[in-house]
Amino acid sequence: MSAARTKPVSERLWAAAVWAGIGFFVVNLLALIAVVITSSFATRWLGTWLPNALTIKWYFEAWSEFQLDDVLLVTFEIVFAVVVISGLIGVPAAYAMARREFPGKKLVMLLFLLPLLVPPVTYGIPMATVLYQTGLGGTMFGVILANLVPTVPFVILVMIPFIEQIDPRVEAAAKVFGAGTFRLFTDVLLPLLTPGILAALLLVLVRTIAMFELTFLTAGPTSQTLVVALYYAVFASGVRAVQSIDAMAVVYMVTTLVWLVIALRFVNPTQIVTRAKQNPAH
Amino acid sequence: MSSVSVARPATSDDRLTLKQRLVNRGLDGVTMLTLPAIVFTLALFVYPFCYGLWLSFRPKDGSLLGNYATFFSDPFLYHTIGTTLALALPVTLINLLAAIPVAFRVRLMLRPRLLTTILVIPITLGTVLVAEGMLTYLGPQGWFNRVIMWLGLTNAPVRLVHNYWGVFLSLIITGFPFTFLLTLSYVTGIDPALEQAGATLGASASQRFRTIFLPLLVPGLAITFCLSFVQAFAVFPSAVLLGAPAGPTRVISIAAYQAAFESYDYSMASAIAMIMAVVQLAVVAAVLVLRNLAYRGPVAGTKG
Repeated sequence: MSAARTKPVSERLWAAAVWAGIGFFVVNLLALIAVVITSSFATRWLGTWLPNALTIKWYFEAWSEFQLDDVLLVTFEIVFAVVVISGLIGVPAAYAMARREFPGKKLVMLLFLLPLLVPPVTYGIPMATVLYQTGLGGTMFGVILANLVPTVPFVILVMIPFIEQIDPRVEAAAKVFGAGTFRLFTDVLLPLLTPGILAALLLVLVRTIAMFELTFLTAGPTSQTLVVALYYAVFASGVRAVQSIDAMAVVYMVTTLVWLVIALRFVNPTQIVTRAKQNPAH
Repeated sequence: MSSVSVARPATSDDRLTLKQRLVNRGLDGVTMLTLPAIVFTLALFVYPFCYGLWLSFRPKDGSLLGNYATFFSDPFLYHTIGTTLALALPVTLINLLAAIPVAFRVRLMLRPRLLTTILVIPITLGTVLVAEGMLTYLGPQGWFNRVIMWLGLTNAPVRLVHNYWGVFLSLIITGFPFTFLLTLSYVTGIDPALEQAGATLGASASQRFRTIFLPLLVPGLAITFCLSFVQAFAVFPSAVLLGAPAGPTRVISIAAYQAAFESYDYSMASAIAMIMAVVQLAVVAAVLVLRNLAYRGPVAGTKG
């Protein structure tokens, strides 16, 4: 208390105002999510604070109306492919970027930064045009390719600092003891890099489930992911019951947040946005 | 290296094989591991962009600049630039101005993890879900309007969806956490010893902010503004779902989408995408120029 009393009143008022602002934002954010969840369980909810009664029938309705089993299957196929391929392409590239100096490295770094800095809608339209002209637009393969554009550089930028912190002498020691490139990778690097790879790939997973723009621009009727199906449902709202769309939104929220919770065991929340700020080429 | 090899002609540079010379310059097998990622990014990011630029100069009417002439002569099209800027600029500015004091408070917290976790939720869920929740929450019968009417602030519900404010608020909900977390990473990167030194010498909190933190933060804040602005400028799903996509919130990405997927004019769509990229680039360049005018010198004294 004595420390607080020495601070001027204006400073304490300012601190209180800032906290009130944070509180207002968080309360509205949580209420926004609570509305969706409450509505998805409501029998009927018009003009009252809370619904008349609760039911789970909207989940069954949403499941059959929006063919959620198909949509979820497609979503996981696409997300799984994106995670695996971006790991396979991104991790070796990150290793090279962290360990080697070569001419044009800064240019290569810029090439990897650009897809993360340019918003998906801006490059998505020319990319969708190219995909449609090659016949890949509207297919699942096209959606996977489109989603890889930001995730491969993302994996590279997340992995570079992880790899840099591993002492190169560990690798040198393994080579002295006769490990070939393959054994060096499987027995030395992979165990050391596992936490980093796991973190990067979990973030890719969360981002790909939530990636609306690129999937929306390249997906056909059979290659829609959950977030795109949700968009179409909200877009055509009025056709279906609001609660049914809300039930689908809850399914989407659960799918995303489960992976977010798992990802947050390995990374700090600030890392989800600050990846783009990595210093290009030290 | 070369001076050594000149002194000993037996191992001079031209007696090395091509492979050895490449290895000397850092181009060995390990470096080649970047090739798949480079080829992939060139094929799916750089090539489509160049192709889109080329395609935008090949309009249906056969002229070189037909698309651009159409865009800048049709108010329904060129007004989208102003509409988008009128959303993105104020939102980005508000998000940044709000993020700075909040980041300074959170910096002092012992356990900020719960707050940062809550704030990362809207980024993770994305604009589509936020838009869907806001439709109910901010609607005339929603909790927000019920609370302000219950408090007696208004008599009739305030209209907050299907207009400018719906999109504006959705950009705050998803944009503020993004701006805040970026700002926080810059703020926590400043060595606290600098502030303590200032406090020891008798500077008040506002003096410490203006003379110690602000000069160190300006470069980071400029980058944060650019990244947040570019995201806000590309607003798409919430402008359709929460706004009035035929009029007041017809943003430029809607115009590009309609050209591509409703009138199947990929050439026009590419032209609009290029205009979009140019406007983003222009604002980013303006901010970076302003930053250089406002602050020069090394960012000394940060931890990283």
